[in-house]
Amino acid sequence: MSMLETKALTREFGGIIAVNRVDFNVERNMITGLIGPNGAGKTTLFNNITGLDVPSSGKVFFEGRDITGLPSNKVCRLGIARTFQNIRLFKDLSVIDNVMMGRHFHTGSLRNRTLQAVLSYFQVEKEECEEYEAAMKWLEFFGLENLRNDSAGSLPYGYQRELEIARALATEPKLLFLDEPAAGMNPQETDSLMETIRRIRDLGVTVVLIEHDMKLVMSICDNITVLNYGQKIAQGTPSVIQSDPAVIEAYLGTDDDEEDF
Amino acid sequence: MLNFFLLILIYTCIYAFMSLGQNLITGYTGMLSLCAAGFFAIGSYTTAILMTKFAWSWWSTVPVAILLSALLGVLIGLPTLRLKGDYLAIATLGFAEIVRNVINNWDALTNGPMGIQRIPMISFFGLKVSPYSKYGFLLLEVVLLAICWFLLERLVKSRMGRALEAIREDEIAAASVGVNVTKYKVVSFAIGAGVSGIAGCLQAGFVLSVSPGSYVFMVSIMVLCTVVLGGMGNFLAVMLGAFIIQFISYLPQLIGLSSVIPAQAKQIIFGLILVIMMIYRPQGILGRKKRDNSRAQAFYDQANGDTRNAGRKDIGLEESGAKCEEEGRV
Ligand SMILES: Nc1ncnc2c1ncn2[C@@H]1O[C@H](COP(=O)(O)OP(=O)(O)OP(=O)(O)O)[C@@H](O)[C@H]1O
Ligand SMILES: [Mg+2]
Repeated sequence: MSMLETKALTREFGGIIAVNRVDFNVERNMITGLIGPNGAGKTTLFNNITGLDVPSSGKVFFEGRDITGLPSNKVCRLGIARTFQNIRLFKDLSVIDNVMMGRHFHTGSLRNRTLQAVLSYFQVEKEECEEYEAAMKWLEFFGLENLRNDSAGSLPYGYQRELEIARALATEPKLLFLDEPAAGMNPQETDSLMETIRRIRDLGVTVVLIEHDMKLVMSICDNITVLNYGQKIAQGTPSVIQSDPAVIEAYLGTDDDEEDF
Repeated sequence: MLNFFLLILIYTCIYAFMSLGQNLITGYTGMLSLCAAGFFAIGSYTTAILMTKFAWSWWSTVPVAILLSALLGVLIGLPTLRLKGDYLAIATLGFAEIVRNVINNWDALTNGPMGIQRIPMISFFGLKVSPYSKYGFLLLEVVLLAICWFLLERLVKSRMGRALEAIREDEIAAASVGVNVTKYKVVSFAIGAGVSGIAGCLQAGFVLSVSPGSYVFMVSIMVLCTVVLGGMGNFLAVMLGAFIIQFISYLPQLIGLSSVIPAQAKQIIFGLILVIMMIYRPQGILGRKKRDNSRAQAFYDQANGDTRNAGRKDIGLEESGAKCEEEGRV
């Protein structure tokens, strides 16, 4: 059984069918690519899986459990983390605080901790130390530990993308969705990102990524799904996808996409 | 003159409670609320009614006032906190007006526009805290304010405070890391409301009478001013803001020019202050207080400094946590 499955997932916005009866499968411990021309519905599919948006029809199953329409904070707690196409960091908070937010739900709930926070000095200090340490582990994973006290919004673009991934990983997900992680990165940064994604996979985290950089997608993905106009037009290994006539047609048929195979 | 200065300080403290509450709601959680006057009124009337009709002591009315304000905070919060920015401001403003109208018209309970007079003085173990000897009253206020401030600082230092700031920065991102945004907003609103309610208890205990005219929209605006002026997300700063705002509103009387400068001038001055601050110093006089992780950082560096030299980086979580606790108890 796949780790994550969507069944005929559909999302309409007024007249536009952004995602049209898509069956999308993610296999455990693999890197899955989701590609397609601009406006194909990739981000919308992510949003409908991660609870940011509610599907018009269809179902989402995670580890056999129906999670359709679950709000995003609950989806996260089940072990699905994500990043955003237009980076969403807590800009005024420090780098370490951003990652510590990823630890948030691992340290108890509002109900049992609010009173403690006010009354028990030691409890809070201890908890903060633990969260800090766990967060530093992720900053070191990305080599961002020296920037820990900078405010997140002041980092260069490439670092912001990495920090967003670090925050997502701090939630200890089983499944990680990355929406265009290489966007705005230079070639060296993209290469190091590729290496990072492999390292994340090696930690036992299943990765799904949307990406326009074909070199990156073709070299690190085990499995690729292609969307066009909201519909799934192909699925398979990179070599199968590269020679699929429908995919070539979709990419050559759009004039705003300069990527070539 | 000195007497007048003491009066300003007393009102500063009353407003400071509302500023603390407003700061939690607006400065930390990023919700633009305009109903400080509503919570102020609920606090005042709770104290006034329980003391005059049921002969409660002032002290026992305070927890009830806090709970009632917080409860009404939840009631208004649940339906409206999904609203953003100016929509929330309008909804909360409406709420404050509803409170005032209910008070104005519920004659049986609140005595309507006449208000409630002859509220007994606050007594402390038989000692009367008379509003006429201003030092005693001020002392009472400062002690309560300090306790409140301390507890709020603890609250925002904890993981809850970090979650509130995350919500302020980006709700969607906060939800994506597992934060139940609505729940935190409602709790923040309720706590802020409860703290604001205390201001009402003090007002009733100082003026010894309450009437609907004291809980007008202008109060909410003044409280918002104190937060913007002092610095959003900084409890010390908003209390400073409360002092400056009170000082300005009593300045004409203080320099003996109240006959020359009309009372309405104060509203123009507040408006000007807000505009000038927004242009030249939008972060307020003191600015936001940065989250302080220095203790956790020191523990981390200590724990890892040693191990790094030994070539081992994988120190266990429990280890550093225990260490942290140990040091904390020393
Ligand atoms: N909230 C919304 N309201 C209305 N239409 C929307 C909304 N979100 C997305 N759409 C539309 O749905 C379609 C798919 O958008 P989506 O963002 O999912 O594409 P994408 O594949 O992620 O594209 P890109 O590569 O440019 O990021 C587009 O036509 C878009 O205009
Ligand atoms: Mg997209």
